[in-house]
Amino acid sequence: MKDPRLLAVCCPDWPVVAACTATGTALHVPVAVVDGNEIVSTSAVARKEGIRRAMRRRAAEAMCPELVTFEHDPQRDARFFEPVAEAVEELAPGIEVVHPGLVAVPARGPVGYFGSAEQAAERIVDHIATHTGTEAQVGAADSLFAATKAAHRNMIVPPGRTPEFLRPLGVHELDAPELVDLLRRLGLKTLGAFADVPENAVATRFGGPATRQHRLARGVPERPLDKRRPAPELAVTETFDEPVERVDAAAFAAKLLSERLHENLAARSLACTRLGIHARTENDEELQRVWRAAEPLTPRGIADRVRWQLDGWLTRERLTSGIRTLTLEPVEVVDGTALQLGLWGHDDERAVRALLHVQGLLGPDGVLTPVIDGGRGPREQVRLVPWGDERTPTRNPDHPWPGRLTRAPATLADDPAALEDENGREVGVTGRLELTAQPKKLTIRGRTREVTAWAGPWPVDERWWAPDRHRAARVQVQADDQAFLLIRRDQRWFLEGVYD
Amino acid sequence: MSRSATASLSELGVNPASELTSTTTDHATGRVLPVRGELAGLLPWGGLRRGSTVSVGGSTSLLLALLAGATADGCWAAVVGLPQLGVLAAAELGVAVQRLALVPRPGSDPGPVIAALLDGIDLVAVACPLPPSLARRLTARARQRKAVLIAFGAWPSPDVELTAESVSWNALDDGAETLRRQQIAVRSGGRGSAGRAKNVLLTFGEEEIELPLVAGGPDRSDEPADAGPDRADELAARRATTREQPA
Repeated sequence: MKDPRLLAVCCPDWPVVAACTATGTALHVPVAVVDGNEIVSTSAVARKEGIRRAMRRRAAEAMCPELVTFEHDPQRDARFFEPVAEAVEELAPGIEVVHPGLVAVPARGPVGYFGSAEQAAERIVDHIATHTGTEAQVGAADSLFAATKAAHRNMIVPPGRTPEFLRPLGVHELDAPELVDLLRRLGLKTLGAFADVPENAVATRFGGPATRQHRLARGVPERPLDKRRPAPELAVTETFDEPVERVDAAAFAAKLLSERLHENLAARSLACTRLGIHARTENDEELQRVWRAAEPLTPRGIADRVRWQLDGWLTRERLTSGIRTLTLEPVEVVDGTALQLGLWGHDDERAVRALLHVQGLLGPDGVLTPVIDGGRGPREQVRLVPWGDERTPTRNPDHPWPGRLTRAPATLADDPAALEDENGREVGVTGRLELTAQPKKLTIRGRTREVTAWAGPWPVDERWWAPDRHRAARVQVQADDQAFLLIRRDQRWFLEGVYD
Repeated sequence: MSRSATASLSELGVNPASELTSTTTDHATGRVLPVRGELAGLLPWGGLRRGSTVSVGGSTSLLLALLAGATADGCWAAVVGLPQLGVLAAAELGVAVQRLALVPRPGSDPGPVIAALLDGIDLVAVACPLPPSLARRLTARARQRKAVLIAFGAWPSPDVELTAESVSWNALDDGAETLRRQQIAVRSGGRGSAGRAKNVLLTFGEEEIELPLVAGGPDRSDEPADAGPDRADELAARRATTREQPA
């Protein structure tokens, strides 16, 4: 069996480092990277001020008014990470990028060459610092999860001692906030305590996704052991008539090729866990990089990595010409069922496979899954994301949203409507949020109904009266035994939904 | 409000002897997927039997309500060909939307897409018109794959046919009320043990809808009504108070 021992090279707070490098911001000011409203990464100086990950942006700014914030940009992270990955590769062949900021290398090569893991680590850190000016840390252990945690602590865990290394660590080291919360409430405060719970009890008590976290806590390798070397014909290659030189063209090529690769894999019920990206330029320069994913890649996941890599090559490398051919090769695949092992419970396996199959037929955007979001209108409160993408709300649904309706229509619409009083004059909404007259007739698509009752108007945004806002308001109308939701925008009525 | 005696009895878990076509083992082994209380009385098996085809007509809320019990219980549902589906209403009716997949546009050849879904999804609702021959093939596929096929609209010989005769809401009171309580009068019919027509009045709303919290601004009633944004808050706050009192 292959030696699972890994070296993990991590650049702490990478999103912050990349943002500072991109903007030339000095590292002695408190810096944070935010995604929407949430802090995703902080600099050491910011942490000293009490800023933490997952904190709300506003709370952080209140705590530390001089905090400099940057928007989260995975592409920027990847672009500036490429030189670091190259520096590691110069000393240790066979590197795999896990995500920007973290590289994994099979430990055997560099340890054999430099004599010991400690010496290999020292050389790698030095080499990265001299070539890129970036600070890095190295750790070694028998699983990727443990090696990453070891890198955070600059530790070399001796072979076979990985479970002991993990035992005293807190459960918060698992990247699963809900599970961590639950474990803490149950009094399981360390990874060791969680690891001692029998695996079948974890599956029944906490559900399928928790079993993956349980494997991590026990220090077992991340993926099921039945991983195989894929057949070479699964790789997809594209030769461009016009060499790709610009990042936007590269992004487009990445999307198309990723979809082809995914179709190839989905048709065989496979999913990719290590993705090789090869490019050849017009002047026959060869570029190659392997990405390793903690979980089997979704179609979107493949496209993201290809785009990031191309961006890194095109922006950072001194290429003498554009990219002529691009090849995506699944370096390691697992049965498509493994996709559920990571993301869902065992019972969901068939569902996951069916949805992937349909995505193979219609493309990633053909299957959508809803996320309930904050907001007021029935459309605004639902965000549809391609299946397999992250399902996180962008606006907090638990915030107060004045003007939010008590009930949402089961059918949405967007049709012009006419709401008239008994004299056939259009009913309007005043600045004081009142109707100008009693509505009597509602006409939609040429059909007129008798209005029996109405409710509202509700404001569409809280700055209803601000002069620079387009006034918009909603009313519920009952007409001919049916109930409708109307919205008034730009002095006109539209049907927004039917309560059928 | 009046509700048919059958429905209230079935809510208590009591079924007429003639309807005992499914056993408790069927429920326990997952051969029958659960539905919300009142709907159980409409279905011959007290739930949605795997492999069966159910047609729903006249109300999108009825379709969504049918998905609620099973998705909340861990089943997956897909809705094909309904781009205008109100997902928020689905959530309000109890559908676990994290296990809801939408295929709004199945393309010019929806057959393979629906067949693929039936292979792995517990409940597949189909809202696009299909040629009868394809529809029959999909009925057979659902039976073979132990999925529940829910046809939204006409379908050749479904096992159960649910029709919303009327959909009504609590009366609005010209600005003082809002839509809260929905009542759907449903007639069921179908083949075999489902053949005898039943009528049930379903009620949604009342307690199960969580009232949204409304930020009541500071009391500024002494200021002119056109004072600005606060007006909206004030109205919303007033509505919230009206809402909290039982009608």
